[in-house]
Amino acid sequence: MGHSLDFSVVYDNAPALLWGCLGTIGLALAGMALALVIGLLGVLARASRFAPLRIATVAFIEVIRNTPFLVQIFFIFFVLPYAGLRLNPTVTAIIALGINGGAYAIEIIRGGVQSIPRGQIEAGLALGLHRLQVFRLVVLRPALRAIYPALTSQFVLLTLTTSICTSVAAYELTSVAQRIESDSFRSFEVYFSITFLYLAMSWLLMTGFAAIASRAFAWPTR
Amino acid sequence: MITSFGLPQFGFLLTGLQWTLALTAIALIGGGLAGLAIALARVARSPWLWRSAAGYIALFQGTPLLMQLFVVYYGLGLLGLKLPAWVAVAIGFTLNASAFLGDIWRGAIQAVPHGQAEAASALGLRYAARMRHVVLPQALRIAQPATVGYLVQLIKGTSLAAIVGFIELARAGQIVANQTHSPLMVYGVVGALYFAICWPLSLYSARLETRLAVAVR
Repeated sequence: MGHSLDFSVVYDNAPALLWGCLGTIGLALAGMALALVIGLLGVLARASRFAPLRIATVAFIEVIRNTPFLVQIFFIFFVLPYAGLRLNPTVTAIIALGINGGAYAIEIIRGGVQSIPRGQIEAGLALGLHRLQVFRLVVLRPALRAIYPALTSQFVLLTLTTSICTSVAAYELTSVAQRIESDSFRSFEVYFSITFLYLAMSWLLMTGFAAIASRAFAWPTR
Repeated sequence: MITSFGLPQFGFLLTGLQWTLALTAIALIGGGLAGLAIALARVARSPWLWRSAAGYIALFQGTPLLMQLFVVYYGLGLLGLKLPAWVAVAIGFTLNASAFLGDIWRGAIQAVPHGQAEAASALGLRYAARMRHVVLPQALRIAQPATVGYLVQLIKGTSLAAIVGFIELARAGQIVANQTHSPLMVYGVVGALYFAICWPLSLYSARLETRLAVAVR
């Protein structure tokens, strides 16, 4: 085969690729924020006294966790217009990422909440704290520390999942790479290089999460 | 001409499903064998061995599966290998599975109490016998829930072969959706098919985990 490696296509498109990285990071952060909101609301809904809400939440979690993200994003891509929402692909991707990450976040956060001893909650109520205050201060904060490693590795996973959003042409690194590839036909060089950009981003993210943890969860256990 | 979603279309989806299952089986067997080697290398005493294994695992866990598939798919072509698409994606999934299973089993091997391996050496068992008869049988039990859990990830992951153009369930869904112009119906059915396979496995994994927790306690 007369095909030799030529990475100049990567250098030539470096600015576009770095913008793609920013797109990926933006998509991931927005997805994480939405996942966190869904996760918190989901934990409350799953513990609701209203049975249909509880069942619907469990069904949501199971359906999302047992179907591929690719099928989810296609479904959402086509279902939103029926709901009268004409959103651009990037926003659609954020919604899909948030819903997918949210389903996992509910179970992770719930595990943390269940690790809080019942007496601690009763103590909070006895001190005259409002139910929401108890949830925020006595349950959520210590629980967050317990689930932080699981939650952040789920978020790193979510960041890697953003690459699938290229299938609806959202603006992120893989879709930028696909455009460069279709212009240059240097498929291997382009994808090989951006694989390491993804590796760098996931490392950066893990380092960042670790730095946050060492500051935010510095209070002593006892 | 627009066809509606009927039995032939559903049959086409089922053919795609067969490929999804075939890909999963290949990746599970190939990745399982390679994953065992990775796990053993990862817990080896030689720093050169365990560092390479750790690097391999970090590489596959820190990059998107889609990129791994692209790199393997186009990389094999670059090497001048004219392989059918399904072989290329099967190799990609096998490499990915070997890293993830390697890491799961690494954890399981390390979870077997150290005294077990020590007692085995004290009884005169060499490395191979110690692993085969003492450590691995116990590790395998510990690893069961996570391994079944990973199987669900693998089945869902095979949907990415669709982006490379290989016709498995997700790609079959895309084709039928374009043909029938009823994407909601088609992707709903495709999702339901994935769910029908993954959900029982998830439940099984959860049950194994409860059983293991009881056994450990």
